[in-house]
Amino acid sequence: MVGMGMGAALASAALAALGLLTAAWVLAVGGFGPVALPFGPPWGAMSLALDPLSGWFLLVLGAAGLPAALFAAASGLSRAQALLLPPFLLSMALVLLAADTVTLLLGFEAMSLLSWGIIAAGGHRRAARLYLGFATVSGVALLGMVAALAPSGFGFDAIRAAPPEGLRATLLLGLVLLGAGSKAGLVPLHPWLPVAHPAAPTALSALMSAAMVKIALYVLLRVTVDLAGPAQPAWWGVPFLVLGAVTALWGAIRANLEADMKAVLACSTLENVGLLAIALGLCLMFRGSDLRPLAALALSALLLHALVHACFKTLLFLGAGAVATLAGTRDPDRLGGLIHRMPWVAGLMGIAAASAAALPPFAGFSSEWLLLQSLLQSWRLAEMSFQLLGAAALAAAGMAAALAAAAMLRLAGTVFLGRPRTPRAAGAGEATGLMRLALLLPGGFLVLLSVLAGPALLLAGGAVRQLLGPVAQPPASGLTLLLPDGAALLSPVAVILVLALLLGLGFLAMRHLSPEAPATGPAWDCGFGPAPAHLPFGDVLTQPSAAGAAQPLRRMLGGVPMAVAERHDAATPGSPAPARLRLAMRDRAFPALIGPLTRLRRTLAREAERLRDLPLRGFVALSLLTLVALLALLAVLERLP
Amino acid sequence: MIAAIGGFVALLLHAALMLAVAPMLVGLVRWLKARLMGRRGPPLMQPWRDLMRLLRKRPILAIHASPVTLAAPYVALAATLLAVLLVPSFAGGMTLSALSDLVLIAGLVAVGRAALALAGFDAGNGFGGMGASRELAFAAFAEPALLLCILSLAILAGTTALDGIAAIFREGQVGLRVSLLFAALALVAVALAENARIPVDNPATHLELTMVHEAMILEASGRHLALWEMQAALKLLLWLSLLLAVFVPFGMAPAGSGPLLWLKGLALWLGKLGLLAFALAAFESAISKMRVFRVPEFLGGALLLALLAAALLFVSTGLA
Repeated sequence: MVGMGMGAALASAALAALGLLTAAWVLAVGGFGPVALPFGPPWGAMSLALDPLSGWFLLVLGAAGLPAALFAAASGLSRAQALLLPPFLLSMALVLLAADTVTLLLGFEAMSLLSWGIIAAGGHRRAARLYLGFATVSGVALLGMVAALAPSGFGFDAIRAAPPEGLRATLLLGLVLLGAGSKAGLVPLHPWLPVAHPAAPTALSALMSAAMVKIALYVLLRVTVDLAGPAQPAWWGVPFLVLGAVTALWGAIRANLEADMKAVLACSTLENVGLLAIALGLCLMFRGSDLRPLAALALSALLLHALVHACFKTLLFLGAGAVATLAGTRDPDRLGGLIHRMPWVAGLMGIAAASAAALPPFAGFSSEWLLLQSLLQSWRLAEMSFQLLGAAALAAAGMAAALAAAAMLRLAGTVFLGRPRTPRAAGAGEATGLMRLALLLPGGFLVLLSVLAGPALLLAGGAVRQLLGPVAQPPASGLTLLLPDGAALLSPVAVILVLALLLGLGFLAMRHLSPEAPATGPAWDCGFGPAPAHLPFGDVLTQPSAAGAAQPLRRMLGGVPMAVAERHDAATPGSPAPARLRLAMRDRAFPALIGPLTRLRRTLAREAERLRDLPLRGFVALSLLTLVALLALLAVLERLP
Repeated sequence: MIAAIGGFVALLLHAALMLAVAPMLVGLVRWLKARLMGRRGPPLMQPWRDLMRLLRKRPILAIHASPVTLAAPYVALAATLLAVLLVPSFAGGMTLSALSDLVLIAGLVAVGRAALALAGFDAGNGFGGMGASRELAFAAFAEPALLLCILSLAILAGTTALDGIAAIFREGQVGLRVSLLFAALALVAVALAENARIPVDNPATHLELTMVHEAMILEASGRHLALWEMQAALKLLLWLSLLLAVFVPFGMAPAGSGPLLWLKGLALWLGKLGLLAFALAAFESAISKMRVFRVPEFLGGALLLALLAAALLFVSTGLA
């Protein structure tokens, strides 16, 4: 019997598969122009279109949506959450298909509201309230964006024909940064993301982290690169470059401090959003400086990394969900040694983690290689301030990549390797059936992208040409990635082949030189000796915990994004009490951003209370003053040109 | 066609040379350090003898070790070996020179580090995880410094391919520059950190509280330990030979040259490597290891030097 939740999940999977097919069709054949819908606001019908850029992001959405929906069908959702899943997917698709600003706004707000509903339906009240607050800010800003574009028109074609200029363009940039940037999680509007993404059920966390932030990036890309027209100045890229670098570092450091698997992954999403924003900023800066081929390089890095991130983040979240379902918890301090119990999940998570850590020859390396190469070309920008910003962003991106690798290795090392820390972890099961299929799909995508990064870039060529003109080409030739003037080259296939050859030779040589089969024994552990018989998995305390493995980076960099309070109570000699380490961490953006807001609300509430006690003549005077002020405003507005 | 065959022969000779020289380089540094400290020191071939001895021994695995422990040394060695094959020694224009991108080399070094860290976690004891987390924390500072050095080189050479950079620097078109000096200093600091040398880590220590690299291979034995030792030796050779290829590529035979020029290049390369090994030994004898939490300052200094190098280049290219 198929329950309602299962049916909704399977329907979502069908929708996502349809999205994938449509995306493939659009990228191979070409999309369709604006189609007016038979309804809409009074000033014009709503319209839909599907161009190569939308098609590429539809591919991203489908690649994340299909496995996530299958996982939802396998693991089961509450009925309310399952029923919200198909409309959530559809609302994201609506943003991508929109051909006018009103439809775009409608889809975006539906997406916000539905994802909020999913979190709220799970009973996570604090996360839901925080998320709703940020979503409201983002919605208001996007409404302002529609208004800022309104003098040009509502349809994308009309806006492209008369792109905004001067002050209106600057206002547009600020509003879209506020609106879509907060949804993408750009610092300082990020505090909701590491709270809200893990709060949803696994399949929806995966969708929010892998797909929803990409929708926000799509809006940023659509508005700044496409709708605002090619004449915008180069400094438009600077806010993206700076915020992206800060976000990448912030997320990467936080990913090394969190313990909960899903929180680590959400922070890693912040890091990747930062990298994508850096690519967007570089694209705008190169285009503003008339360096089209380099702008195409940065844009290609963005598009490829968006797809690769969608695949590995989906797989990582679904793997974390499988661990939570089959081993009972997401806390690494209660897991360990899972590679013995769930080799499929561990192996697939390994592929995703290697991609997230940007290790060659995995897919993540190809996309980060493109990004680093476009940063290495930033010295070609004529202005020295831009060059210095580019160098600083290069250092930030490199540090973020190394930190992401550290976070992924810590996650894999504490959860899947070593010894089990609890009996429950020692008795975990393996993912089977539909759940294994849901993990295999993104794993397969990642393997494909590792080998075929070049062809994938060529597939994105339509979007690159659409945004940067027909002369712009993606930096790929056949299977290799090749920079515009041959300044650098990466051939993932050659790297894979040579590595495989060297591995094979190493194995053969060792079999010949050292044929003895290994023996097993208790770990040497600097002479600690085997654990007593009543501890079948060894002494739990001699393995590093998640917080213990985070300690060096917490001491070195933890204070940058987080206010860390570390208290260590060493037991007095001779007392049987254990030594204790107490850790409290809080994102610095909370006191900086939300603190003043809370104080403001309190002050306003107090003032409003005082208003209530006004005498009657006070109320009358207040109404009269309001009326006069409004009339004065109207008079001023009338006289404006 | 002849050039292609020549490139392939050069690659094979280069591979054999690197595999043979790497343990001897470790032996040379140890011997030099011993001499500098007034001891007689082990013979040059001692690391090779140790490797052969380890290969004869039966490896012992910890009870909870997973296939990761078995595979990690092979993966690390293959990645390091590929990186070594990309860095030219006596001749440029080897078969794989088209792949010799510096960012890829940085990535391959990261693969070796990741395999090492995973092996550390897989041992399931306190030391492995501690060593892994420290090593990964150091890398977070070393990697951006390395990338900024690559930026300086890319500005001067117009490419990030090591073979191209070596070819352009060999021609002497670039000349002596302050920024190159800064970049070289930064790269030396990164190389010291990546190779677990003093002042970042002591390759000879097994003191529980201070070891980083050794902590991760504590459980390895037999051929696995031999593979790890070989990987560490190759990594040291990789970094020294990278420094040579970038900053003193003089005497390296150009692409398409014959055996005579190769011999000259080989002699010069061995001489330069010996000098660099002596400098390393002298530096390590003169300085003490720093506390783990001082390392970020050391590598942060390297990061700043590399940034300064790039900034100076911005200024000078802006004026030109």
